[in-house]
Amino acid sequence: MDAYRKYSARLFSLEALGVLIALVFLVPFYFVLTNSFKSFAELSQNTMSLPKAFSFHNYEEVWKIMKFPKVFLNSLIITVASNVGLVVISAMAAYRMVRNNNWVNKVLFLLFVSAMIIPFESIMIPLVKLAGMIGLLNETWGVVVCYFGFGVSLNLFLYHGFVKSIPLEVEEAAIVDGCSVFGLFWRIVFPLLKPITVTIVLLNSLWIWNDFLLPLLIISGPETRTIPLATYSFFGQYTKQWDLALAALTLGVLPIILFFLGMQKHIIEGITAGSVKG
Amino acid sequence: MENARAKRFHHLLFIGPAVVFFALIVVIPFFMSLYYSFTEWNGVSTTVTWIGIENYKKILFHDPDYYKAFMFTFRYAIVSVVLTNVVGFLLALLLTQALKLRNVLRTIFFMPNVIGGLLLGFIWSFIFVKGFATIGEKTGIPFFNLPWLGDAPTAFWGVIIVTVWKGAGYIMVIYIAGLSNVPKDMLEAARIDGASRLQSLRRITLPLIMPSITVCLFLTLSWGFKVFDLIMSLTKGGPFNSTESVSLNIYQEAFRNNALGLGSAKAVIFFLIVALITVIQVSVTKKREVES
Repeated sequence: MDAYRKYSARLFSLEALGVLIALVFLVPFYFVLTNSFKSFAELSQNTMSLPKAFSFHNYEEVWKIMKFPKVFLNSLIITVASNVGLVVISAMAAYRMVRNNNWVNKVLFLLFVSAMIIPFESIMIPLVKLAGMIGLLNETWGVVVCYFGFGVSLNLFLYHGFVKSIPLEVEEAAIVDGCSVFGLFWRIVFPLLKPITVTIVLLNSLWIWNDFLLPLLIISGPETRTIPLATYSFFGQYTKQWDLALAALTLGVLPIILFFLGMQKHIIEGITAGSVKG
Repeated sequence: MENARAKRFHHLLFIGPAVVFFALIVVIPFFMSLYYSFTEWNGVSTTVTWIGIENYKKILFHDPDYYKAFMFTFRYAIVSVVLTNVVGFLLALLLTQALKLRNVLRTIFFMPNVIGGLLLGFIWSFIFVKGFATIGEKTGIPFFNLPWLGDAPTAFWGVIIVTVWKGAGYIMVIYIAGLSNVPKDMLEAARIDGASRLQSLRRITLPLIMPSITVCLFLTLSWGFKVFDLIMSLTKGGPFNSTESVSLNIYQEAFRNNALGLGSAKAVIFFLIVALITVIQVSVTKKREVES
């Protein structure tokens, strides 16, 4: 009995500690959210208080200035298209490389993996030059093509590890049944890769949605801007206008937070799986 | 079965696209970067002049800003690796207890990580400039009345605070996975033998979660060295360039000063150092892993 009570008290204090730390983690969100509803005058007076009235005036302004629906759509298109392409090219390549593990594919795989060490900053200067030469600059699909190149290493690596764990018997049976090479891959193998595909798509999405430097270098016009780019240029224009800026930040952060809350189980599982292998 | 020709064709179709995009976007620019680092080139004109190792000489002997950016980046990387891992590990220890709110807490600790560095930097610049000022005014706690982003020493710690706030939750998730793989009977046996909590943590848990530690150190180190977005929105490298990271310095050199040759040389040096550190770090921690 005594031991039970002691244990419980210890757990309770740990629980309280956890809640306290969580509050500290949430404070920035509180500040941004509450102040985004205030007028500039109210905000300058006191940033800690709750807003006197929940006015959506700031949001209406920002929605128009940032062209929010447009930039949201740009971010979405880039993220989705990059994901689809990356999954297709890396799953196919990884599958073939595992099943035909000759020396050429071994060397190729080693190249893909060792390239993961190259920081983006080390190749961004010629990349811009090259992108200009082949017409990728200021194009949505140009950004997507760049993500194909930068994402394929890690994606292929993750698929490679997973394909190895799939037994050959399934494929052999399908070949006997007269399945074509493509039918075999898309109808038999690819569905088996689903767990790692989910992980890969989630990791890619978080990376691409939030990425700033690559779109900054490739995109210059306002029509093709992504959310981070639009936020950056917004802050360039409205430096000290915190009332508008905070509404812009809330709008910018909201989609990814909602995405996370909806998918958190998979995201956290994915990180665990991805990191244990990496 | 596939005949030899069909096999080559399928090979090309399956592996070709991955190789093409990878070569175009990563491999070719990598070698171009090496080439440009030996040239003088402003990006606009078509003349690219070969100048040998002049750029490297300039960087090594006449570029205090690059040196300063490296010093900042090293200091930042080391401090943020240590703090992010310590905080992340402690959070993981907390959340592997039988807490009722475990799942909610995990969500909250992880949440900052899904927000991109750029937006995070803007959020925190508001907190440092406006939020802290109000809290300081209301409570009188000196911590909040510091000049934060306005002064070099506090700006450094400002960047660190945001980094730990963002990264600890991610690292925590990896440590939680590691901690839940530590066999319960081993800890139980140690407890019966009279080991204190701290002793079993040091002698049993830590050696067994070495693989997680390797991964976490590797991740945080690479985040630390490549920091760009956060600095860009939080301090813009200021005050007085005191928080300018190497990647920001390379960006400025290439795209603001239009010295693309010099910028490429800086990028190559950056690559060599990042590669070296990664290789050393992975081989050192791999050696200390224990089979469980």
